[in-house]
Amino acid sequence: MREKGKLTILIVLAAASIVGYMFIELGPNWDYALPRRAEKIAAIVLTGTVIAIATLLFQTVTNNRILTPSIIGLDSLYMLVQTTLVFFLGSTSLTVMNKQVNFAISIGFMVVFALILYRLLFRREGQNIYFLLLLGLIFGTFFGSFTSFMQVLIDPNEFQIIQDRMFASFNNIQTEVLVMAAVITAAALVYLMKFFKYLDVLSLGKETAINLGVDYDYTVKRLLVVIAILISVATALVGPITFLGLLVVNVAYEMFKTYKHSVLIFASTLVSIVALSGGQMLVEHVFTFSTQLSVIINFVGGIYFIYLLLRESKK
Amino acid sequence: MVEVQSISKSYGLKAVVDDVSVNIQKGKITSFIGPNGAGKSTLLSIISRLMSADTGEVLIDGQKVNETKSRDLAKKMAILKQANHLSLRLSVRDLVAFGRFPYSQGKLTKEDHVFIDEALRYMELEDLQDRYLDQLSGGQKQRAFIAMTIAQDTEYILLDEPLNNLDMKHSVQIMKVLRRLADELGKTVLIVIHDINFASVYSDYIVALKDGKVEAQGTVNEIITTLTLKQVYGMDMSIQEINNQKICVYFS
Repeated sequence: MREKGKLTILIVLAAASIVGYMFIELGPNWDYALPRRAEKIAAIVLTGTVIAIATLLFQTVTNNRILTPSIIGLDSLYMLVQTTLVFFLGSTSLTVMNKQVNFAISIGFMVVFALILYRLLFRREGQNIYFLLLLGLIFGTFFGSFTSFMQVLIDPNEFQIIQDRMFASFNNIQTEVLVMAAVITAAALVYLMKFFKYLDVLSLGKETAINLGVDYDYTVKRLLVVIAILISVATALVGPITFLGLLVVNVAYEMFKTYKHSVLIFASTLVSIVALSGGQMLVEHVFTFSTQLSVIINFVGGIYFIYLLLRESKK
Repeated sequence: MVEVQSISKSYGLKAVVDDVSVNIQKGKITSFIGPNGAGKSTLLSIISRLMSADTGEVLIDGQKVNETKSRDLAKKMAILKQANHLSLRLSVRDLVAFGRFPYSQGKLTKEDHVFIDEALRYMELEDLQDRYLDQLSGGQKQRAFIAMTIAQDTEYILLDEPLNNLDMKHSVQIMKVLRRLADELGKTVLIVIHDINFASVYSDYIVALKDGKVEAQGTVNEIITTLTLKQVYGMDMSIQEINNQKICVYFS
């Protein structure tokens, strides 16, 4: 089977980039470096998985292949939470405060916000899913403006601390919260299993899905909650990085040319892991930390996005 | 039997469907006709639970539609709406296989494949079954979607303007298939249709809607009359009998 062959290649590539990241230029102090690298690669794999799955689900629910979940404003909300904490409690709060507490607060806010947004959407029947995107976009902009407003008021030194959080970075991953993030992700994915069989049908569109007996509102609502949780985990772990999802999911679609989520979910996860761990290797060994992974991803992703738009408009 | 009991639906202040009550006979083809904006498609969407009504009930075999589980309904009733844009990489067979989802929940059994083959044969799509949807013409795509609803093996089949985008040959082919579904397999077919001659020639009953209300309902002979059609469409039509079929000539 060609699908299996391609999946095998991806697995090998992913394994190779993980091993490569762990052992390249390990140096004499391997007993110091190895556990640190292992922690980092674990975070990279977790983030990659979470972003890929969340984006795949989001594109299926919206029937649109050029959207990322960042459009519902979770990234901006994360920045708002971080800025608010610094604004009222000072920058020391970020360093002094228990990382787990910060993580829990961020995720809590993002999930609650998503739930409120969905409540607005599903309160009335027949509401278009694009209404949700529009609302999310407006809230996202609002959060963004409010964040900037607070940032110009605070002390420039404090602003430095926030700025660190504004860009996704794998150089200072919150490894302290790794276990917590992994547990939350695992729980969300187990819950997702229940709805997995509906994904292929949902990609046919709302009306066809209802015709085939999918309880549409119920299913979509729960999938959106799973998406919100996954995105929150990734954002709280490394910062805003949802653009990566657009890239890897589309690469998976192009590689496999299938509608089957049983294939796509693994494919996009693997592509995501390859992109992140390979990219991080570039950052550390080729660019020697002179740039950040998110910069590379946004650069490559941006070019790919424009290519997608141009190609879609040609059809 | 499908019983539609005083269904109303409005958007804002405008009543799109206004207190409509209709009984649909089993094993027959019933056509909904009427001018644009008469509420035909909305009514079909309400009957098939794609939309909910503001007031009124729809009963299928005595069961209320909005109180029946979606999956159980999907084994009883199939609905196909107009305009199906899909950007998925999907072969015709894959699409038709989705019609089995209410039964197999995605894991196809031998029995499912029998139904899929049957549906493909019914719509004469066997040669095209491995082609991808984006390689098909509008008519072929439409046939593929109808094949999906046939594979769903439901007692009731609801189609919203199934002849859209089709030439005469394929329109006739589809109407003949629907006729066979009703006559040979005893299925109940509800269609929204614009061409009144297709309605006149191929259906058993006609429901004429106008401004969200039922203007007239009955057998073909009762509805296809100059007087009734004048009430519905507001234009004069001469009705000719050709080969025992009533043909409306509305070119003035």
